[in-house]
Amino acid sequence: MASLTDEQSLLKDSAQGWVHSNSPVEAFRRIREQGSELGFEPEAWKEMVELGWASVVIPEEFGGVDLGYLSLGLILEQLGRTLTASPLVPSAAAGVAAISLGGSHQHKEELLPAIADGSTIATLAIDEGARHKPTNVTLSATADGDSYKLSGSKSMVIEGMAADLLIVSARVSGAEDDPDGIELFLVPTSSDGIARTRLSLIDGRGVTSIEFANVQVPASSRLEGGANLLEKVLDRTRACVCAEMLGMCTQAFETTVEYLKTRVQFDHVIGSFQALQHRAARMLTEIELSRSAVEAALSGIDADVDNVSELVSIAKAKMGDTLHLVTNEMIQMHGGIGMTDEHDAGLYIKRARTTAALYGNQAFHRERYARLMGF
Amino acid sequence: MTDSLEAFREEARSWIDENFPKGLTGVSGGFVHVRMVDKDLTDDQLLWKERMGKKGWGVPTWPAAYGGGGLDREQARVLNDELKKAGAYNPIGGMGVGMFGPTLLEYGTEEQKQKYIPDIVTGKTRWCQGFSEPNAGSDLASLQTKAEDKGDHFLINGQKTWTSGGSSADMMFCLVRTDKTRKHDGISFVVFSMHQPGIEVRPIELIAGHSPFCETFITDVKVPKDDLIGQLNQGWTVGKRLLQHERGGMDGGGQGSPSAKEGSLGVALKKYVGEDAQGRLDDPDLRTRVIANEIDRKALQQTVRRIAQEAKSNAGPSAATSVMKNAFMRISQEKAEIQIEAMGQQGLGWEGEGYTDDELQTVRAWLGGKAGSIYGGSSEIQNNIIAKRILGLPDLTQKK
Repeated sequence: MASLTDEQSLLKDSAQGWVHSNSPVEAFRRIREQGSELGFEPEAWKEMVELGWASVVIPEEFGGVDLGYLSLGLILEQLGRTLTASPLVPSAAAGVAAISLGGSHQHKEELLPAIADGSTIATLAIDEGARHKPTNVTLSATADGDSYKLSGSKSMVIEGMAADLLIVSARVSGAEDDPDGIELFLVPTSSDGIARTRLSLIDGRGVTSIEFANVQVPASSRLEGGANLLEKVLDRTRACVCAEMLGMCTQAFETTVEYLKTRVQFDHVIGSFQALQHRAARMLTEIELSRSAVEAALSGIDADVDNVSELVSIAKAKMGDTLHLVTNEMIQMHGGIGMTDEHDAGLYIKRARTTAALYGNQAFHRERYARLMGF
Repeated sequence: MTDSLEAFREEARSWIDENFPKGLTGVSGGFVHVRMVDKDLTDDQLLWKERMGKKGWGVPTWPAAYGGGGLDREQARVLNDELKKAGAYNPIGGMGVGMFGPTLLEYGTEEQKQKYIPDIVTGKTRWCQGFSEPNAGSDLASLQTKAEDKGDHFLINGQKTWTSGGSSADMMFCLVRTDKTRKHDGISFVVFSMHQPGIEVRPIELIAGHSPFCETFITDVKVPKDDLIGQLNQGWTVGKRLLQHERGGMDGGGQGSPSAKEGSLGVALKKYVGEDAQGRLDDPDLRTRVIANEIDRKALQQTVRRIAQEAKSNAGPSAATSVMKNAFMRISQEKAEIQIEAMGQQGLGWEGEGYTDDELQTVRAWLGGKAGSIYGGSSEIQNNIIAKRILGLPDLTQKK
């Protein structure tokens, strides 16, 4: 664990406590059984907002507590442990990043307090096609007087059904994969011409694809910064997804070790078999390396270092690999019961797979790392 | 910083300024240097060693009563800081400093401390370790070098292996068997001179070439009972404590840590592999493995920093410290494999013409690096320790 300030320690403890009392894995199972359209529990979200979690990276002048991304990461890690669903990542991280870094003063004044109090939920609509390629944008933004008309499709919009506000990447000019010519727009989901389709993903979370048919937005809804802004927003979002992955990974590992200590076969606790001991030790080693990478990325964002993108790609690649290892070992080490839907192992591996794919999988980030380093 | 600490800083700074031979500025103390015997040292190196030895600042926190620096941890940190600033290395080192001395200060009698500590402080006595045997490696407690009780002395007979620096050592600290009926509780810790007829030292050639390691054959060596360190048959406890001191020096924070200043391996390998039109390393398969290794090395550096931060905070050490050796060895061994592969034929040179010094050194390091997952607690033993002590997984012996 990185060195925490008193405030951060309190935040972490309070998140840990809340999750323990209010949001065990069963809470997620209920959402899944109910086939909830939102994909999260509105009551739980309300409590999170009351605890101030939506305001963690919002500056004080706009109703936030400005504790930074590491602090938000501490909360997300605890939520990740029990697969707790919420729109914290898209709204409190991505939405806030986009508005804070690219919005006008008016945007910040109007929208940030609304995100802080939970009355507005934001999310990113930036992916098209099967794989994450943020500079591949075909959704067009055509200037029309003092407004733009947006047409095209977006996929993999997380918490899309709950969102009031979309941050959409659209192309005003240039070829399909040209970073120049990409702009981000603030688009209310209530706008005419928006059609959302709730997808049914393996992890049961609320993801949509969205069709934009000549959706009209004022010119003032364009954020400042284009593709550079998009990358900054994505990096903050990725780091936060990593925090959730870290929590999932740690819990999956702890649950597995607990099983190794209790399951008896051949007159022995199976955790006394050396092959399993060594695999467990290997997992712990990779988790510790991953923790360092994730915390370094979150801290690097807060310290506004020059190499945020490098740190984020290291974190997402490393965390993705480790989570893959641990969730697969979770099933394998639990044997037959790990394959039942009744057991939690299946829930973890499914969420592991979607978070790995979100905003760039390991391969994407390894490639980006190499390009950043110059080889 | 308190006033007295500030004053000490000034004292240290000016002493170093007066006594450190400027010609040695920037010389790396390092592992190798500390192992050189006096006759191989330059005049300046010898002078610096004498001065630091006399001042006791080669072992800053050791008690002044035995010649040590007598400093507290804060002062020692300041001293280290000032040495670094002056580009000065610590000329006092070796196993006496790193392992035996701290152990003797904890377990030795007053007489033993008076007898042995001062010569470690000045770097006069070179110590070597007599622990491993051909049949006692990971299972060190099964050691068989025997010590027969002859009244006022022990008679030692046996063989030690992996004696690092054995051919230039003056003294050996040694684990011997004083009771054949009990395993861990039949071991004692003794010391004796390497300069006597009953000691034969044979250097061990490794796959990487010359090594400082030796076999040591011990025949009818007499050890006075005064040179028993700790209680009879309590040597395992003393030895374990000493190994903790040894492993303390092996954590990633020390000489083993990947340098933060290391540039990108991928960029460096372009020299051999070339690049494509997009500036990518021109071997997609290798490139994938280079990227993975670089990311691992960066995560390792980040872990070293995190461990340092945790050490300063109240939280205490986390599991991160236990996993460091295995992580470090795996990642550095993988890096060495990648380098050799990338170098192609230039990675096959043993010595001589046709290869640069760097290339030859890389080959030797690739071979020698394979010891890293074996010595100081093999990776398998480390995994056992992690599993049992950190994760609390049970021993196989307990039937349910």
